[in-house]
Amino acid sequence: MKEQEDMNDHGRRNFLRNVAIATVATAACGSLNCSCSSKKPAVSEKIKLLSPDGEIVEIDSAYLNHQEHMAIVSKLEAREGIAGKKFVMVVDLARCKNARKCITACQKWHYRPEETEWLTVKLLKDSEKAAPYWFPKQCFHCDNPPCVKVCPVDATFKRNDGLVLIDNERCIGCKFCMAACPYSTRVFNWSEPEVPFDLRNLASNPETNIPARVGTVEKCDFCPDRAREGLLPPCVEACPNGVFYFGDENEDTVTNGEETVSFTQLIKDRAGYRFLEELGTKPRVYYLPPKDRQFPVERGYENLPDNLKDRFKDIMEPEKK
Amino acid sequence: MELNSYQQQAFDYQRPEIEKFGKLNWFFTIFFLCWIAAGGYALYLQIAKGHGVTGMRDNVVWGLFIVNFIFFIGLSYAGAIIAGVLHLLKVPWGKPIVRLAQMMTVISVVVGPVFILLCVGRFDRLHHLFIYPRIQSPMTWDVMAVVTFFAGSVLFLYLALIKDLAVYRDAKLNIPKWKQWLYKFLAIGYRGAASQKRHLIISQNLLAIIMIPLSIIVASILSWIFGMTLRPGWHSTIFGPYFVLGALYSGCGVLIVAMWVYRRMYKLDNYITKKHFVNLGYVMMMLAAGYGYFTFSEYFTGWFGSAKWESEVINKLFSPGEYGWWTLFANAAGILLPILIVAIPATRKVSLITIAAFIMVMALWVKRYLIIIPTLESPALPMQDTRMEYVKYSATWPEWTLTFAGVATFLLFFTLMAKFVTIVPITGLEDPHLQHNNHHEPVAVNEVTQPA
Repeated sequence: MKEQEDMNDHGRRNFLRNVAIATVATAACGSLNCSCSSKKPAVSEKIKLLSPDGEIVEIDSAYLNHQEHMAIVSKLEAREGIAGKKFVMVVDLARCKNARKCITACQKWHYRPEETEWLTVKLLKDSEKAAPYWFPKQCFHCDNPPCVKVCPVDATFKRNDGLVLIDNERCIGCKFCMAACPYSTRVFNWSEPEVPFDLRNLASNPETNIPARVGTVEKCDFCPDRAREGLLPPCVEACPNGVFYFGDENEDTVTNGEETVSFTQLIKDRAGYRFLEELGTKPRVYYLPPKDRQFPVERGYENLPDNLKDRFKDIMEPEKK
Repeated sequence: MELNSYQQQAFDYQRPEIEKFGKLNWFFTIFFLCWIAAGGYALYLQIAKGHGVTGMRDNVVWGLFIVNFIFFIGLSYAGAIIAGVLHLLKVPWGKPIVRLAQMMTVISVVVGPVFILLCVGRFDRLHHLFIYPRIQSPMTWDVMAVVTFFAGSVLFLYLALIKDLAVYRDAKLNIPKWKQWLYKFLAIGYRGAASQKRHLIISQNLLAIIMIPLSIIVASILSWIFGMTLRPGWHSTIFGPYFVLGALYSGCGVLIVAMWVYRRMYKLDNYITKKHFVNLGYVMMMLAAGYGYFTFSEYFTGWFGSAKWESEVINKLFSPGEYGWWTLFANAAGILLPILIVAIPATRKVSLITIAAFIMVMALWVKRYLIIIPTLESPALPMQDTRMEYVKYSATWPEWTLTFAGVATFLLFFTLMAKFVTIVPITGLEDPHLQHNNHHEPVAVNEVTQPA
């Protein structure tokens, strides 16, 4: 009981601290207008806050900026998952042209440096005569996750809603999960990560993993903090071609932001499959084969900057090798 | 403590080594300490700047450190098995080298785990291994295994030392007071009374019986850190036995080299004889054959089956542009060379066996590198990365410095321990010329082994 109180107390203090930071950050920008008006409470109420001078001040909640990336739930709840959900993703390979908008959006949202991609787009060519295709890859949030099995400290865990998340305050950085993941999904903070000033003091939570911490592992988290607010992950929203369908297996519904379809019907009609099914990891990400493609594969290659072109040169220009 | 004339002679002969700390000892001690200090600086860099100072990256997440971990821990397990077998089977010629084997066990189980800690990104969170342990993880198994093994091996060495410590205590050695006190303290009042003898031999026998299976278990658990993942070149049922044999084999080689070094430095030719080298040489040859067989099975099944992911690793190992030459070295020098040197009577000499053992130990280190790195360089999905350091592992100077610091620590411990205890045990030592009659154990042992 006492522990519970302590935790609540702790949570309250964190909350106050975060709100205070949010206030300071907003004040520093010299504007109090809210960028996300949708989240303003309908009826304004007074909220007590701790000012930077150490005084308690009352502020109309309408003037508070919503602080993004502030975890909405406690760390314990973040280990449980969102009740009743079973997140699933479907990636339509026929629509991908390596526009890379998903990667930019993901990195912007998670404050990842340019080279650290939680979401990557590979160019796969299954056999010599097979046609190459673009292959976006997030974390597969496997139902039999090899990474979770090997974690010695329960820093990475599987939730009831299907997500595999990481507690970067518990992770000891042994990298066993990285060695165990067959899909090279996980990335490591090899040096002190650059975190924007106003996010540095956020209370860490497995649902946000902001701020990133040196010497710990991180990866795509399917943005559960956004899911709690009814928002789609940035990669889904950013894709100009509607490649990613994100949704809930329990509701049997997935959406790419424009069209909302039945998950089972989509998998049935388009012969959905899971990557490397034979490994038995049971991924939560399904792929639709690149049949009747919307773009020729070259479209994703021609206009790339040279450093990115180099990644795919072996497949796109084999004669030059 | 009563010693027979042969034992007294052995003690008097080795006495100066534990009384004096010669110039050469100082030179080596300072030399090793310098390396360790350099390693300390590299470690400081790694902690201050993050693991980015190493060659490890997102694909090759483990590098030299884990290779060294497997290498040193392997020596440790080998030492325990060799010492345990020599003790239990009462091998008559084994007495003079048991201590070296036990020293190797304890020293490498101290040095080895340091290297796995170097792989860990957050030193400040190591206690999480104990406060949030997760029993499913092979890493947790390994933590338990190494801690258990450490306790066992220290005890195993200590029990074997007690009689000797009593001899040193009673010998009126010309040594500083603290050392005299330490001998007295560690000898825990052993006087050679019948009941003391009995208790000691029972505990030693029991511990030897425990240490042999324990070594096999912990070596297998070490292999399962790799074997339990789904990666080609690792995910193989042979991995447990493969690591046990590899550990035993390389440990045998290091023991031969250690025997040679001490025999030469401390002029122990009368005690560590050609017989020891030849006999351990035979053991080494048999282990080489076994290791070769396992290696062949592993590569041959992988190559013949030629599953896509598996053959990618095999191709890397055998193509001259990648690891081909290293594979050739690891197998030629690590398997064929010791077999040939020991099998041919003309080359079955102390010096050649030692050289073969030394080269084999190097080759086995390379072999561990070949087990770890090429697999990590072969993810299921193509890397398609333009950052070369992410695609191909190459160890950086902090990693090499720390590696040599580890070797220096290993050697430093050997140097210092040889100044504290005699390399050849005094008590229980028997005159090899009297060994034709089979009474090579005191009566007390028979009393113990008979059912009460």
